[in-house]
Amino acid sequence: MTLAEILASLFPEGHSVTVAEGLVNGEGPFRGGRLAVIGIDGDTALGVDGACRLAGYVLDVVRRGGATPILVAIDSDSQRMSRRDELLGLNEYLAHLAKTLLLADAHGHPTVGLIYGHSAAGAFIATALATRVLVGLPGANPSVMDLPSVARVTKLPLDRLEAMAKDTPVFAPGLDNMVRTGAVQAVLDPERSLAEQIAAVIDALPTEDTRDRAGRERGGRPVAEAIAAQVVREAAFG
Amino acid sequence: MEKLSFRHTTQRALAGAKAQAITGVVASGNLEVLLERALAPTECTVEIETPIRGYGEVWAAVVADFVARAQPGGLRITINDGGARPDTVSLRLLQGARLMEV
Amino acid sequence: MSERIIDPAAKGWATSWYEASARARLDGLLDAGSFREVIGPEQRQMSPHLPLFDLPRAFDDGMIVGSGRLDGKPVLIAAQEGRFMGGAFGEVHGAKLVGLLRAALALKPDAVLILFDTGGVRLQEANAGETAIAEVMRAIVQLRAAGVPVIGLIGGRAGAYGGGGLIAGTCSRLVVSEGGRISVSGPEVIETNKGAEEFDSRDRALVWRTMGGKHRRLTGSADAYADDTVAAFRQAALDLIGRTPAFDLATLEAEQARLEQRLTRFSDCRDGTEIWARLGVNDPEAVPALTTAAFDALLASLGETTHDAR
Repeated sequence: MTLAEILASLFPEGHSVTVAEGLVNGEGPFRGGRLAVIGIDGDTALGVDGACRLAGYVLDVVRRGGATPILVAIDSDSQRMSRRDELLGLNEYLAHLAKTLLLADAHGHPTVGLIYGHSAAGAFIATALATRVLVGLPGANPSVMDLPSVARVTKLPLDRLEAMAKDTPVFAPGLDNMVRTGAVQAVLDPERSLAEQIAAVIDALPTEDTRDRAGRERGGRPVAEAIAAQVVREAAFG
Repeated sequence: MEKLSFRHTTQRALAGAKAQAITGVVASGNLEVLLERALAPTECTVEIETPIRGYGEVWAAVVADFVARAQPGGLRITINDGGARPDTVSLRLLQGARLMEV
Repeated sequence: MSERIIDPAAKGWATSWYEASARARLDGLLDAGSFREVIGPEQRQMSPHLPLFDLPRAFDDGMIVGSGRLDGKPVLIAAQEGRFMGGAFGEVHGAKLVGLLRAALALKPDAVLILFDTGGVRLQEANAGETAIAEVMRAIVQLRAAGVPVIGLIGGRAGAYGGGGLIAGTCSRLVVSEGGRISVSGPEVIETNKGAEEFDSRDRALVWRTMGGKHRRLTGSADAYADDTVAAFRQAALDLIGRTPAFDLATLEAEQARLEQRLTRFSDCRDGTEIWARLGVNDPEAVPALTTAAFDALLASLGETTHDAR
């Protein structure tokens, strides 16, 4: 689905969501109230400027009060790779964006991520993965690194990596693998009303971060949940 | 990965009462050695996991030499090898034994 | 079970942080004998995935977690071993840190200390590593909101790169040394994607002017600058524990203003030296060679490098 189609399915009565330089911002009527939408469109890389603007939009929602949920719609590239972005402290800008989403989520504005296109690495972590629950649409393609680059870095042949990717969901890019890892909660149905489906997601929001449990149940992360739980049980002061 | 396992008998138990120690890092040219005082006083086992296949005899010799020198009776020794040279392996094993003698 | 450092000759305090192993840093940082490791190496909770790649595993998967005391104060602590797989986040590695942060919610220590030394996500376990990083960030924010400060210490050879840089940006405070680098994309990745004109990854001086400890401290990306010794990091962490910003709307509004202002002032700067000049540094070219004492004096004269907007 394109962003326009997504917005039409979310807001059949219309909306005020706009896109400028790949950054999505706006809102529309939703269940008697509003649903705020922020995000990235057009496979755009996320740099210091974009992250700063998006964080500002999130803070605007929090400042306005009410209980407006925030949909984080993502079709992005990775973080912008440049000398300038790192010089200016890209890690802080991306972390700040994630923090605004986490703050909003804790302050009465449930955050739902919707990955409908590409996303990767730092951009993915700062946006989609910073929401309380992340859902996807078929055809979305989240990744840490594309397989040819993985092949270059690990010095393994690409066809061998592709074969290994069939046996384990732990390293290869793709929506299904991120579902099995527990990072993506569910894949929505593009043929049904997105307003209804997002409403259902919001109604079923978890109160804790249970992504590691999902990872175990779905086979994408066989040990993470148990390891974390063991640390919680055994950490103590002498 | 290649797994190797050696069992030795020593003349005496290793001195000290330390229950376990760890030394080294799994990195290129390096290795990690975990030592546990877990066996009968004159028994010693050394288990190795290494990505470099085909050096079983070299490992056997290094381990035998270490056992003869350090007399690490009672120790279960486990190694994660990152591709270390024999002299580095010897060094780490001896460092480990020294840590256990405290 | 607390283990002694591997080099008996190093007395802990004067040990180079950069050169020390994660265990040696823990040993020197915390009060003697106070460290209690959780899921220690003897439990052999290793990566379930590295054997698929014929790669050697580490008993602790390169992440050491536990509790201890810092000048008597109860702390929870995590240390990354930067020489194992570049300190990168794999499934077990990440889960240990996530568990530590969740434990801190229940135990309410005086602080959680994270000794960063990471290149980011471990490619062989990319999806698990990346998700763990997101879980860590969520857990840190939750912990800060509950009043427990999270202090990051960055001074190892892997730095705090990639997702590690993002986690660092969620901490209450950051201590950095000369050798510690913080960045999202690494120099080689920028060069591969954009060319050597954009970033010559072999130019070490450029790397440090762009991502290194002094630059990050000068621009307020880090809160304290420490000498490359365990003693200095210990003192810096202690100094910061009592003065950490709350995690609330006011703090994030202040950070928004701080980050917007940085763009306004330095957006067109091409090099770290240009930024330092505009900050009011008289001799920017001399900054990389400054001793810690001289650099501390410079920071004191500038003043604005210290803030609570994090």
